[in-house]
Amino acid sequence: MKFGQPSTLPRWASLTILPVLNLAAALLVTALVTWMIGEDPWECLKLLVSGAFGYGEGIGYTLFYTTSFIFTGLAVATAFHAGLFNIGGEGQAYIAGLGVTLTVLAFDHTLPAPVLMPLAILAAMAFGAAWAFVPGWLQARRGSHIVVTTIMFNFISYSVMLYLLSHHLIEPGSQNPTTREFGQAAWMPAMHDMAAVLGFDLPSTPLNASFILAIVASVVFYLVVWHSRWGFELRTVGVNEKAATYAGMSVSTVIIVAMCFSGALAGLSAVNELMGSTHRMNVSFTNGVGFVGIAVALMGRNHPVGIVLSALLFGALTQGGLELSFEKPVITREMILLIQGLIILFCGALENLFEPFIAPLFKRKD
Amino acid sequence: MEQFISLLDSTIRVATPLVLAALAGLFSERSGIVDISLEGKMLLAAFASAAAAFAFHSPWIGLLAGIAVSVAFAMLHGFVSVTYNGNQLISGMSINIIASGITPVLALAWFQQGGNTPQLEPDSRFSEIALPFADSVREVPVLGPVYSQLLSGHSILVYMTIAIIPVVTWFVYRSRFGLRLRAVGENPHAADTAGVSVARVRYIALFWGGVLCGLAGTFLSVYQTGAFIKEMTAGKGFLALAALIFGKWRPVPAVIGCLLFAFADAIQIRLEGVDLPVVGQIPSQFIQVLPYALTVFLLAGFVGRAVAPKSIGIPFVKSR
Repeated sequence: MKFGQPSTLPRWASLTILPVLNLAAALLVTALVTWMIGEDPWECLKLLVSGAFGYGEGIGYTLFYTTSFIFTGLAVATAFHAGLFNIGGEGQAYIAGLGVTLTVLAFDHTLPAPVLMPLAILAAMAFGAAWAFVPGWLQARRGSHIVVTTIMFNFISYSVMLYLLSHHLIEPGSQNPTTREFGQAAWMPAMHDMAAVLGFDLPSTPLNASFILAIVASVVFYLVVWHSRWGFELRTVGVNEKAATYAGMSVSTVIIVAMCFSGALAGLSAVNELMGSTHRMNVSFTNGVGFVGIAVALMGRNHPVGIVLSALLFGALTQGGLELSFEKPVITREMILLIQGLIILFCGALENLFEPFIAPLFKRKD
Repeated sequence: MEQFISLLDSTIRVATPLVLAALAGLFSERSGIVDISLEGKMLLAAFASAAAAFAFHSPWIGLLAGIAVSVAFAMLHGFVSVTYNGNQLISGMSINIIASGITPVLALAWFQQGGNTPQLEPDSRFSEIALPFADSVREVPVLGPVYSQLLSGHSILVYMTIAIIPVVTWFVYRSRFGLRLRAVGENPHAADTAGVSVARVRYIALFWGGVLCGLAGTFLSVYQTGAFIKEMTAGKGFLALAALIFGKWRPVPAVIGCLLFAFADAIQIRLEGVDLPVVGQIPSQFIQVLPYALTVFLLAGFVGRAVAPKSIGIPFVKSR
């Protein structure tokens, strides 16, 4: 199903000019709200940019947030390519955190880091994939709508995790529902430590090896989706299920496998967060990362280059927004949520809104 | 007996916003527009009504403000889904996120109370209404407590909701507009051929959905808590959506679904830490998860089958 007004622009223009215009519209509305609450939007923007990119530590944090958003953005994009809207990235990342935690808590004192880490990463992917498999299976085999099922699965995951954390995984003697700290063997190597080995001096930030994993995942995503047999099936099912069936592809298998990949990618964001930064699991570690992934995928037009760039934008918004909220007490992190919602609205729901205005510029003169 | 009535009493309180939101979803989804933005519209209405009630010292002005804001966002959803033929799910999602973002930002800027609004004075919030003779019949066995405790002593919004249920049912099944609404949701091309304006019907349906979401949000902030609290809807919009699916997109079964979920919620609060025979303590999360799990089972057709209106989520493009 194609949505919205069809675009008549050349491909390069609809991939560059339209997203920029949509982003500008979202930022314009945000500026309006900022001005309404009595702050100077231009000054806030300057503070935000310098908070995100102005100094080494800020850049480290920006890239740390970017890492999680790349994973969830790729996750949502995988499902989009199959014509599915996976709202469940949040729940999948949450359950993936359970996979990481169970593996690490079981083996962190027995297995060495080079064995434990791949095992924990695989557990994250497996748990995330399993949590996405069920909605995928239900969609493919029982016809239940994936959006509703994944929403319900998000809520189910909150309850399951809250129960497990407060009844079983909680650190004995602790008041807060968090697990005990992971053993050192499960700590993702931090970027500043790795750089120190190579002789560079980077400030200490939570940025870790997951970032490299995210870049690798983006490249693999590109190769699989556009240069593999399965990727072709994936895109065919997304564009036209009937044509895919006629060509002898198994639509239900593609849907199920696509959801599993989607869940596995979403699950990797839990690796970045738990093994890279907090080193223990708490109730709110996902903090909306699955929903940011929707905005990232829509803005990045489901292409890895676009996804990495828009993940960087959201990483910068998150980090810069935190800095901004220290300077301006009236601006809180919910402001970022507002920008996120507006970006989803303009880049996702109204993606070709400005097309009629710029189309005349590209009309052939003949 | 006493306990049972207080259990039913809290069921009614919890169910009211769910019923309103589920009926709002019914209007929109029966016309063929998916509405996952019930949650967001409720949250926006809760904030707008609390802010207006605080500013003007009147719950009724609050109610109007709540409805106005909710309808405005319903119309935005209408612009995306009807005029622009955009993706309705993404539009709904964006409204939810915008709502979670803008309400605490504005609340903090206007009231400086950490993203909440100040507690409303008694005269600027909806109060509980005692039905006539509620006190004098209290001593009558059985019927006395049912009347004076269960039926009496709710806000006017609860009584409005009770009146709205049959009105909506009649509207959807017996009125001319209802027939068109259902036709547009099942087969817009046929309705179009018969001379019905699909766009007009869908906009009207979204308008009424907006009004009902506005009522639901106002109930939460101007009556129940007496203030807007950050993220105060806490998934109620999605629970209402679940109830709507549970009721297979029909008004009375959807209301029954809401009552059922609300009853489960009321029981869960009372079961906290209580040892039951045989099963022992039931973790509260287990009961919280029930409505969602039930919805998944229903959609999958394992217990009954919930079939959505046929053209739901598909933009209508008039054929030439």
